Amino acid sequence: MTGGAWTLRVLFSHWTRHPMQLATLLIGLMSATALLSGVQAINTQARLSYDRAAASFGGGATAMLVPAHATTVPQSLFSDLRRAGWLVSPVVEGRVRIDGRQIRLIGIEPISLPRGAGPAPSIDQAALQKFLAAEGQTLIAPETAREIAGTEGARLETDAGEPLPPLHLASELSPNLLVMDIAWAQRALRMPDRISRFLLDSAAAGERTPLADVAGDSLDLVDAGAQTDLQRLTASFHLNLTAFGLLSFLVGLFLVHSAIGLAFEQRLPMLRTLRACGVSPRGLLAALVVELVLLALVAGLGGVVSGFFLASALLPDVAASLRGLYGASVSGELGLAPQWWLAGLGMSIAGALLAAAHALVKVFRLPLLASAQPFAWQDAQRRWLRWQAVLACAAFVVAAVCLTLGTSLVAAFAVLGGILLGAALLLPPLLNLLLRAGEGMSRRPVAMWAWADSRQQLSGLSLALMALLLALAVNVGVGTMVGSFERTFNRWLDGRLSSEIYLVAKDPAQAAAIEADLRSRPDVDAVLPSARAETKLSGEQVEVLGLADHATYREFWPLLEFSPDVWDRVRDGTAILISEQLARRLNLHIGDRLRIPSSGEWIATVGGIYADYGNPKGQIIVNVDQLLHRFDNAERTRFGVRIAPAKVAALMAELQARFALGGTSLADQATVKAESRRIFSRTFAITAALNAFTLAVAGTALFTSLLTLGQARLPQLAPLWAIGLTRRRIAGLELLKTMLLALLTALLALPLGIIVAWCLIEVVNVKAFGWRLPLTIFPAQLGQLLIVAMIAALFATLLPTIKLARIKPITLLKIFADER
Amino acid sequence: MLTVSRLNKSYRIPSGALSVLRDVNLQVARGESLALTGESGSGKSTLLHLIAGLDDPDAGTILLDDAQISSLSENERARVRRDRLGLVFQQFNLIPSLKVADNLAFQARIADRFDAAWQRELADRLGLSDLLDRYPEQLSGGQQQRVAIGRALANRPQLVLADEPTGNLDEATADEVVQLMTDLVKASGCSLLMVTHSMRLASLLDRRTHLTGGRIA
Repeated sequence: MTGGAWTLRVLFSHWTRHPMQLATLLIGLMSATALLSGVQAINTQARLSYDRAAASFGGGATAMLVPAHATTVPQSLFSDLRRAGWLVSPVVEGRVRIDGRQIRLIGIEPISLPRGAGPAPSIDQAALQKFLAAEGQTLIAPETAREIAGTEGARLETDAGEPLPPLHLASELSPNLLVMDIAWAQRALRMPDRISRFLLDSAAAGERTPLADVAGDSLDLVDAGAQTDLQRLTASFHLNLTAFGLLSFLVGLFLVHSAIGLAFEQRLPMLRTLRACGVSPRGLLAALVVELVLLALVAGLGGVVSGFFLASALLPDVAASLRGLYGASVSGELGLAPQWWLAGLGMSIAGALLAAAHALVKVFRLPLLASAQPFAWQDAQRRWLRWQAVLACAAFVVAAVCLTLGTSLVAAFAVLGGILLGAALLLPPLLNLLLRAGEGMSRRPVAMWAWADSRQQLSGLSLALMALLLALAVNVGVGTMVGSFERTFNRWLDGRLSSEIYLVAKDPAQAAAIEADLRSRPDVDAVLPSARAETKLSGEQVEVLGLADHATYREFWPLLEFSPDVWDRVRDGTAILISEQLARRLNLHIGDRLRIPSSGEWIATVGGIYADYGNPKGQIIVNVDQLLHRFDNAERTRFGVRIAPAKVAALMAELQARFALGGTSLADQATVKAESRRIFSRTFAITAALNAFTLAVAGTALFTSLLTLGQARLPQLAPLWAIGLTRRRIAGLELLKTMLLALLTALLALPLGIIVAWCLIEVVNVKAFGWRLPLTIFPAQLGQLLIVAMIAALFATLLPTIKLARIKPITLLKIFADER
Repeated sequence: MLTVSRLNKSYRIPSGALSVLRDVNLQVARGESLALTGESGSGKSTLLHLIAGLDDPDAGTILLDDAQISSLSENERARVRRDRLGLVFQQFNLIPSLKVADNLAFQARIADRFDAAWQRELADRLGLSDLLDRYPEQLSGGQQQRVAIGRALANRPQLVLADEPTGNLDEATADEVVQLMTDLVKASGCSLLMVTHSMRLASLLDRRTHLTGGRIA
């Protein structure tokens, strides 16, 4: 064994004698790595799914020609473009319903597909023949086939009655997608002779007639590699997840920092002895770094494995949220790439080195002759309190600057980060002031000692208390934000879903029959037809919703701003309503004029802006007749039915029996609302889970700090025992002091949490989703969290207190002995 | 073997500079044991720390054979301590997480000069053979100091520097420990410089020199 290895052995021998400290360090690193790598795994899995979708016949990986003003273009443009030297391949795209489930359908023309139009799935010569044969093929991912109970060769039919070619399983295809020959797809989507976009073989150079000369202004060229809609839409969601992951990582690192700091403090005499025996400062530093890296590798492995299980547990909820919110299909099964493992280990090592940086610098500069004072670092930390206050102010200034000047979501998170970091740094100086005030007011000697000792204890506990402050504040902030959102969302849902029954007919013929039937019934108060279409505004996909002109909407629709007679002008087609997020994104205001790409030219005035929570896409509301008139593909197949609530069940049963409506084609208001609320709550499920984990990590930090400090604090407590305080009383005082510190921290966390909630609602949400909601404070929720925090603190304090109450007198006597 | 010439050391205090050592000259021959006596605050420990390269002098030279300690870098001084010196402190400064056997061997191991036979002999002569599997906290003060002496001698250093090695021990144990140390130093052929304020203990060594007010008397 070399000298370096011996030094390392000595360093490791400390951990074998202090297993609790080792556990703290490993738990901290493991938690930090697990939470962040878990979130990263979820994000990576989602992005892989987006990439698979994007790679499916040129989703975003291939250059494209897309309709400039409408949703489709005539098929005749295909031959015009080819003749003009544009090596394009036509694609038709839409959604079909199979057993009530919406599935994306893409129709391709495989012979003209550009090279590299997407590796998923490649079609070889043999497969091509089958694909193009009269019988054709429907390519489908195995997991989607399982979900719709389809097997290889099975023939499916859409809910509208259109037959599809036999299924062929293609594992590389993205989920919730069907791919078939374009002719089959046009039939299934009822888009005869229409093309959604052209894939362009940009690698093939050659003479081309200018695009405008061939297609006028009907087509836009989109370069390869442009961000897909899904990537853009979900970016905020993933940024939110990453931010929470980073916060959890930070709280975990507090725990690591605390453990490492205490371990170094306890090892100071040993480190001095090593130096005195001839270990050079560089050699000692190298050994400490190697020790840390080895520990971080072990913890990192554990963290990555835990992160995998965490991500596996959370992924179904995240996938459901992404499907519900964005229509994004994310596989619920987690795939793990080697780089994910490496990144996890890297995170653990970097986190450990970051958390230990301060301690390592101190060891490098360690004065050899200073006598072994176990609390020398705490004296230095007292000086550091002043610096912390200065740094806290700097963090607040950064937050203020980002709030004033920032426009992006990253700036919004910087505001949040600045506030949280500043508050955490300010906590120890603030607690120090409060404890000093308490000390000044106390008269009895034991009370004076308790206040003074709490101040001395503060430096050892400050990191754990900072972690507790952050965890509690984020819990309060997110809880208040979710509560505010839930209350607003429920009111909004009541306004949006005012019809008692919602139904979707298979086709216009069935729709006409249903409408006639409903209108002939005396118990039906109103039949409200609606229709949907899609268009693009400033390159973004926008939903167009057509509503009937009826008092139901005039009375209940959640308008935020509107002009006089807005509903009359919507009915006439001169005005439209736009969603809040679309207004923010395109900077539109009441009275602005908007050109809406449709089958013809349509320019309308913005007459109102309404709340549309939970919808990442922009939305426009027009009169249903106007929509059917201006969008060729739109169908009058959706209806809302107003009827007395008592008669809902009977009418639904009758409609089901007469028109074979089922699944998602027919739903009552309560079901739709329940589904919306389910999606809403799933959206915040992962946030709630990360919140709970963060709080648990903070509780562990407090527990382990107290446990580790327990031994180091004996020299302060032994004299009290010697002068006549019983061990039980000393333990009781210790419990009281720690609970007091936890209570003060929790009380400070409440207003900080409300600031965090304000920041989330007024800054982050507005930038991430484009909507703003009123902030509501829930005192009962705050009280509940305060109690949870105190219970967590009590649990964290209990074991160290019991240990202290049962400490053997011989251990206390050793404090006074020279040979200790 | 050890030559200290015109050594000066002072510390800064709020009211100015406090001179601790003034033009100190000292020599220790190979195989010689020298007791450095003096009252508290006379600069004995400071002189020892400077010789060990634990601190820097303001002026003067310290020569350990061919090595001029005061002009060496931090890493070179560490190497000298590791390979050529043995240090014994009043507070023992054992590594609490290592067993007695590993504490004894530690410095020799990191200097790559471990000699199992010499280690066994040291343990025997120090009366530690039955205690090798114990941790320092399980030993008495006298036993701990014997481990510290063993550690200092395990790599057969040229010079052992002992700073009040019996300060924490009772009189009988102190005599026993110093006797052991001098015997072992002689057996290993190295030199010894021991700081003590006990004239009785100083008389057990070959020679004695007295430091008062920072000067050799």
